[in-house]
Order: sequence, then C-alpha cells, then structure tokens
Amino acid sequence: MSVPAVRARRRAPPHRPPVKLQDLWHSASFRAIALQGLVIVLVIGAGAFMIDNAMVALAKRGISTGFAFLNKEAGFPVGESLIPFNSEDTYLLAYAAAILNTLKVAAFAVVLATLIGTLIGIARLSDNWIVARLAAAYVELFRNTPQLLQIVFWYTLITLLPHPRQAWNPIGDVFLSKRGLALPWPEAHPAWWWMFAAVTGALVVAVWLGRRAAHQRRMGIRTRISGPWLASLVVGAPIVVWLIAGAPTATSVPAMSTFNIRGGATLSPEFIALLLGLSLYIAAFIAEIVRAGIQSVPRGQIEAARAIGLSRSHLYRKVILPQALRVMVPPATAQYVSTIKNSSLGVVIGYPELFNVSNTIITISGNTIEAIVIMMAVYLTISFTIAALMNWYNHTIRIRER
Amino acid sequence: MTDAVTSTLSVPRRPAPHHATGPLHWMHFHLFNGTHNIVLTLLIGWALIMVVPDVLTWAVLDAVWSGPGSACRSASGACWAIVAEKYRLILFGTYPFEEHWRATIAMVIIIALTIFSAFERFWSYRLFATWIVALGIVLTLMFGGVFGLVPVGTYQWGGLPLTLLIFFGAVVGGLPAAVLLALGRRSELPVIKALCVGTIEIVRGVPLITVLFMASLMLPLFMPEGVTIDKLLRAQLGMIVFFAAYAAEIVRGGLQAIPYGQTEAANAIGLTYWQRTRRIILPQALRIVIPPLVNDIIRAFKNTTFVSIVGLFDVLGATSAAIQDPEWIRYAPEAYLFIFALYFVFCFSMSKYSESVERKLSTGRNF
Amino acid sequence: MNQESEKSGSMIELRDVNKWFGDFHVLRDINLMVRRGERVVVCGPSGSGKSTMIRCINRLEVHQEGIIIVDGTELTDDLRKVELVRQEVGMVFQNFNLFPHMTVMENLMVGPTLVKGMPAREAEEQALALLARVRIPEQARKFPGQLSGGQQQRVAIARALMMKPKVMLFDEPTSALDPEMISEVLDTMVELAADGMTMIVVTHEMGFAREVADLMVFMDDGEIIETAAPDAFFANPKSERTKLFLSQILSH
Repeated sequence: MSVPAVRARRRAPPHRPPVKLQDLWHSASFRAIALQGLVIVLVIGAGAFMIDNAMVALAKRGISTGFAFLNKEAGFPVGESLIPFNSEDTYLLAYAAAILNTLKVAAFAVVLATLIGTLIGIARLSDNWIVARLAAAYVELFRNTPQLLQIVFWYTLITLLPHPRQAWNPIGDVFLSKRGLALPWPEAHPAWWWMFAAVTGALVVAVWLGRRAAHQRRMGIRTRISGPWLASLVVGAPIVVWLIAGAPTATSVPAMSTFNIRGGATLSPEFIALLLGLSLYIAAFIAEIVRAGIQSVPRGQIEAARAIGLSRSHLYRKVILPQALRVMVPPATAQYVSTIKNSSLGVVIGYPELFNVSNTIITISGNTIEAIVIMMAVYLTISFTIAALMNWYNHTIRIRER
Repeated sequence: MTDAVTSTLSVPRRPAPHHATGPLHWMHFHLFNGTHNIVLTLLIGWALIMVVPDVLTWAVLDAVWSGPGSACRSASGACWAIVAEKYRLILFGTYPFEEHWRATIAMVIIIALTIFSAFERFWSYRLFATWIVALGIVLTLMFGGVFGLVPVGTYQWGGLPLTLLIFFGAVVGGLPAAVLLALGRRSELPVIKALCVGTIEIVRGVPLITVLFMASLMLPLFMPEGVTIDKLLRAQLGMIVFFAAYAAEIVRGGLQAIPYGQTEAANAIGLTYWQRTRRIILPQALRIVIPPLVNDIIRAFKNTTFVSIVGLFDVLGATSAAIQDPEWIRYAPEAYLFIFALYFVFCFSMSKYSESVERKLSTGRNF
Repeated sequence: MNQESEKSGSMIELRDVNKWFGDFHVLRDINLMVRRGERVVVCGPSGSGKSTMIRCINRLEVHQEGIIIVDGTELTDDLRKVELVRQEVGMVFQNFNLFPHMTVMENLMVGPTLVKGMPAREAEEQALALLARVRIPEQARKFPGQLSGGQQQRVAIARALMMKPKVMLFDEPTSALDPEMISEVLDTMVELAADGMTMIVVTHEMGFAREVADLMVFMDDGEIIETAAPDAFFANPKSERTKLFLSQILSH
C-alpha cells in the first residue's frame, strides 16, 4: 500500500526533447516534417517551373507583365454600364463598370429568386392539390435542366421578338421588342441617389433598433419601438428626402419614333435573359430550401402552439418562421453566392459582366495572367465576404444551449 | 349496485360512409377546402383552360414534323422539323457519319455502367476499377487508330457522347481526388492541410467558367515551349478539379460524422493510417454521404454545358452551332426544347434515384 | 520482450509520466508498475485522467514527460516500437467501437490478417475459437448492429484477444451497458483473469474489483492518490479523497 509522499504540482508543458539521430527514420515527428518538406519542395518547384515557362512565352509575344496596364486606354466599349464609360477610359474603369454590372444582375436575380422561390416553396406545402402539384412541377422542371441552356433559351426567345417598330405594347408606355424592355423611368436627378442612400441608412438603423427593442422586451423593459414604427421609418425617410429635394417628378417616357423607341429606360435583352435564366433556376432551389426549412420545425411544436391557441399568423411568425429561417439561411446563402458566380454565364449572351469584360481585356491587352488574377480575386472576395456575413449572422441567431 | 353495462357484442367494422370517400370527397378535401382554396382552384383552372389548348395546338396539332424550312414557314405550329433535320449534328456533333456506331457503343457503355453503379450490392473498390477500365474502352472507341478503327481526332468529338464522356470523366477522375483532398484537409500536418484547404476554398470560390478558362488558356502558357495539351483534355481537367473541390467538402462531412472511437479501435488493433482509412473509415463515411454526392453528380452532368463556352461541342454547343443555318435559325427554340427534354430525362431519373437512396438509408440499416 | 523485464516480472511500468492537453496538465507524475499476471483496477471520479492514462499505454495518447515501458519496450516517437506495443496490448472500449459495416467475423479477422499477415483460414479458425470462449459462437455472421450491448462488448473483447496480447486494457467496459447485461461481460472478464491475463481495468464496478483485483489504484485530478490491495483499500482507505470517493460510490 502506498500513498505518494509529495503531491505533484501543476506545471507548464516541457520543451521538446532533442531528437536522437539513429532512429530518425522511424520517428513519427521526423516523418511528419520530412513529408511536409517534400511537399513544399514539390509545390514550389512545380510553381517555379510553370512561372518560368509563362515568362518566356509572354516575353516572346512582347507582352509586358505587371499591373501597370490598368491605366492604359481600354479601346473598347462596354455594352451597358451603370457608370459612364467610353472606349477612351482606362482598363481600371472598365473593370469597375463590369463589376457593377455583375452586382446589378446578381442583386436583382437574388431578390427575384427569393420572392418566387419562397412563394413556390410555400405552395409546395399547400393543401390544395393543384397548387402543390404545379409548384412541384416548376421545381422539377427548372432544377433538372442546365442553367446555361435556360439562359440561352430566354435569349433566343427575346431575339425572335419583333423589331422595335412592331414592338409589343402590353400596357401604357411599356414596350417589349428584340431590343429589350422599355419602361418609363424618372429622369436623372440627384434626389434619387439621396433617396436610395436614405432607404439604405434607414434600413440599417431599423434593423439595429429592432434588435435592441426585441432584447429590451425580453428583459422586461418597455419600449415604444415596434414593427409598424420601424416600417414607417424606412418608408418615411426617402419620402422626406424627396420632399426636401423639391419633389422632382420628371419621368422619361418611351415613345415610338422613326426607327426606334426613344426615351425611358431600356432593359437590354442580355440583361433580361441573364436575369430570367439566373433567377428562375435559383428560385427552384430556394423553393426546396424553404420547403425543407418549414418542414424541419418539429410537428410537436406546431401542435403545442395550436393547443395554446395561437392564431395561424402568430404560429407562423413566432414559432415556425424563426426556426425555419435558421435552417434555411446557410443553404440559401450558398445559392446566392452561386448566383453571383454564375452571372459569369453572361459571357455567352454578351452581357458585359466581369468575366466577359475580363475576356475582352485579355484578348486586347494580352495580360492574361494579371487579368485572370484580378478576376479571381474579385470573385473570391465576394464569396468570402458573403460567407463571413453568413457566419456572423448564424452566430448571432444561434440557439443558445448549456 | 348494478354492474356497468358491458355489451357482449362488439361493434362490427363497417365501410366508411359515402360522403367520406370517393372522388367527390377527394376533390372537396384537396381542391375546395376553404374559401381561399376554392378561389385558387378556380383561378388556376381558368388559367389552364386558357393556356393549355393553345399550347397543345402549337406543339402538336399545328406542328410540322418533317420537311424543309419552307414547310415550317407556311405553318403556324411548332417546327419540329428542325430536329428531324439536325438531330445527327445535335446528338453527335461533327463526329464522322460512318463512325457514329462507335460513339453510340461508347454512350451505351457509360449509361449502362451508371445504371449498374446504382445498385448498392455492387459498391466496392472493384466497381471503381471497372469505371476506369470502361473509361479506357470508351476512349479507345472514340479515338480509334487501333484494331482497324479509323482514327477520329478529339476536335471532331461532339454531341451526346462528348457530354457523357466529360460527365463520366469528371466523376471518375474527381471522386478519388475529392477523397484525397478531404483526407488532406483533416490531416494534422499543417502544410498538407493548408494546401488542401487553399485548393478547395479557391476552386469553390470562383465560377466554373473561370476554372475552365484557366485550364484552357493558362495551362498552355505554363507549359514549356512546344508542349501542347489537347483542348478536350484541358477542359476535362478543369471539370475534374471543379467537381473534386465540391465533392471534397461533401466527403469531409461524412468523415466528420464517423465517431472518433472507430479510429481509436483501429489504432488499438495496430492498423496503419492507410489500412484504417481504406477499410474502416472511408467505407462508412462514403455510405453516409451518398445522397448529397449524387446531387453533386447531377450537377456535374448539368455543368457539362459549360464546356461549350471554351469551344467544345457538347450537346448544347453542337445545338447552338447547328441552328446557325440561316434557313432554320428562327426555329431555334424548338431545337432547344428538344435538348431540354434530353437533359431533363437524364437529370430527373438521377434525382429520383437519389431520393430513393435517401429514403432507404434513413429507414434502413442500423448505422 | 527483453531479459530485464523477464527477471523483474514487470509488464507495464510508468515512471514520472506527465501529460498535457495544450496548457492543461492532465497527468501529473504518474508512477505505476504492473507485474505479469497482475490484475489492476483503476477507479476515481470522472475527469481524473484514468482513461487518458491507460490510453498512453498503447500510444492512443502521447505523453510529454516520463517513461512508459511495456514488456521491455519503451514507448517513444519510434514507430516500430509503437507497432510492437500495440500488438502486445489489447484494448476494450466503453462504446465497444466495433466496425458497424463488417460482420462479427470480419471484425475479428481484420487485425490478424492485415497487421500480422495471417492467412484467412487460420484467422477464421482462431476467431471461431475465441467466439466460443466468450460464449457467442452463433453470432459470427451477424452485424454488430444486430447484437445486444452485452454481446457487442464480448465481441470487442474477442477482437482484442485475436491479436494474442500480453496485456488487456479495459476502459469502463460496462458503463454503456444496460444493467442486465453487465454481468455477462464481467463474467467474461473474470474468466479471462482466471486464465492468467495481465489486466488493467478502469471501472466503477466495485464488486468485480473485490473479486478479481490484485491491486486497486485510486486516481483523482490527474494524480494517483492511493494504491493498495483490495481488502486494505476498501476497509481502510488512507487518504481523505479516497474515503470521499468510496463513500459516494458505495452508498447506493
């Protein structure tokens, strides 16, 4: 029988002992280091070999390397652009226009896909047999066919539309032709930009205030801030700005002139086709995500809520939606990122998004590697940013357990 | 004082009353259950009545099924004649007419092997070896030049055989790469782990077009003077890398689901890393992730259309080229609808299969 | 196996073994000697490092300081020595850790065939013999998922015995079992002990300890607090902590 005389104290971990040479080969740590060293050498070796070849090839064609080419004159127009651009502007500005185009079509596609997808997802769960079947048919149809084919199909349909002279005129001042969709649009006025800024700012403030209010209510503190209050803030802010700016109402209206439709704003066929091809495809996936999210809420909770006597709208708002959202957000985010990346398919129909313009820049300037690096950097930044945002959101809404 | 009355005759079973069964009841319950449903059903019914007869008339009744372009112009219905005229181009691309039989055999091999692989009892490493052998046979058939077959260069390959080949090659090449990447990402050696994480995240963060583009444009640049890589091979490599990166994340999920005790038990017996991974961990991990893997495979099939962007003539590329004919170009939508149906048949069958596998796995075995 | 250990009869020796998880000092100055044929029972509250300690013996965990010698072989970074030790040490886990995608037969055969290169037929014969020894020969072709917990643990014991180990380590082998199945596993372990197997058992089953153990080891908070023969240990614990633990464990 024994009891140790001196009790061991807690200590910090020791330093590594020295390695004995003779048993090196069989030492686990040696093998680990050797293997990694070998891998590093191989990777660096292959990389150096490839870069060397590339330098030789580029030098042979007289192409300079480095990013200075960004300041040179582009020499080509960009089909449509949110910022003014002509062929005398720099490559850098061309990139800016292209990125804005990408974000524009992606943003609209994401919004449209979410709206349509949510509707169809809920329709899938309807107790009305026709509604449920039609929604299922939509999902199967758009999910099981390639996105590129859908984009090309819509574009082909639009190019077969009549010439602007015989444009369709479904309602009022809206014209649809092979040159695109012409809509009445307010004339350019700084007030609209201010209003846009006001809405964005109001939204941010509303979200922050709303969460603070929810937290306060949970803690038992009274607060006057509520849903309708915040909604009126978001709606009221731009209206106030509009009034302050002098209430501009000038709109440009498309009208038929000799050869073409003038006036208003035109959505190009490329934009429309890409928008349809992106959003309708993704909507099918969003529909499935929404359906899975709603079905993931355990039936027992719904029964308990009904037993308490919650109304249908309260049931959805307080019990089903918050939990369903937690399940839906990660896969939905993945779909959104996929939408942004697949906007690159615009190259096939000539929409001047990032990939398309990069392609042109490569052809004209020859700086293949730099251009591809820039393009990849932009896409990676967008992907990682959205992923980081989603992780932050997931972290804040996580269900806290012991 | 009196005992409770107990009946000595039990209540006999009866069929359900009329108003609770039958088609009328079904319609009431599923279509007209409540005001909002009545409104919806009527609205949709009205919309369908307005639209469906017109669509049917266009697609079937007034359609032109064969003949020259002029026959279509004088008719008001769909011009399926474009398919009758161009189907060889659409389905086989520019593959020589007399050698179509070889391409057909190649397609049959791929399709048969895919169906064969769907049955669980054939799943093993040996099945994978069969895939590789089949790939070899398919390539030999398509290339020719041996066994008395006329050589056909890859620049002439196109249509459905090309689509299936790229799809098959991406999966057969991408799956082992995906497993290696997933294992590497979970490695304790920081260099290996960093390389794998970097590769996976970068490839997943950029569009497929970019990957294909890099493979097509940058690879030749990085090769020494005079070394050329076949255009088809470049595109295939790009597709393999892309599929591998996404599949790697799925496999990693499966690896994470295996309890650590399995590794401990294998180590206690004395198995090496590769023995343990091959025999114990991977069989369990891969089985778990079959549903999401099949979804990824379906997506790989749809992604084959991307190779049309880098100048290969898969089904979509061949169709787009075939309709450039000025006599037929205004009937392009019909041609596209035809290949829509083609893709739909493939993808829908695979997705139904995936659903059945998911059902079986969730109700079935104990692990 | 070297002559020094034959002479002293020691099978397992832990000298001043220390282990850290990151900065956390989980095993502190562990000193233990287990002789050939000895049966040691290790007990203590959860988190005391019992599982970690026995996992260090077959290198499932790596110790940073001190010396561990198993049958004359010192456990170091050297992969050959680790392999050697693992072949001589068998381990049974709390959660059985049977391979669910293999039959019982395959579970038993995978070790000898892959690690020792034993031909399949020989492995099969040995497996059937061991299954008979743990009293479940009829379950040979079934999958682990089709067996009860007690049967699975007995298969796990047989699997460990397939490697013909000199020492068997048991990490709370009955803690995950329903009460009615505990005795069948304990009976198997008692028979194993009667056949002369050197054993280290981490367990809360004090009845088993009293019956089988040659040495009781009490651990708490990463140290060995007390070691004694079972009679002295249960009747007359020296340390306060031992007394507290025994009162909690034996009260029900």
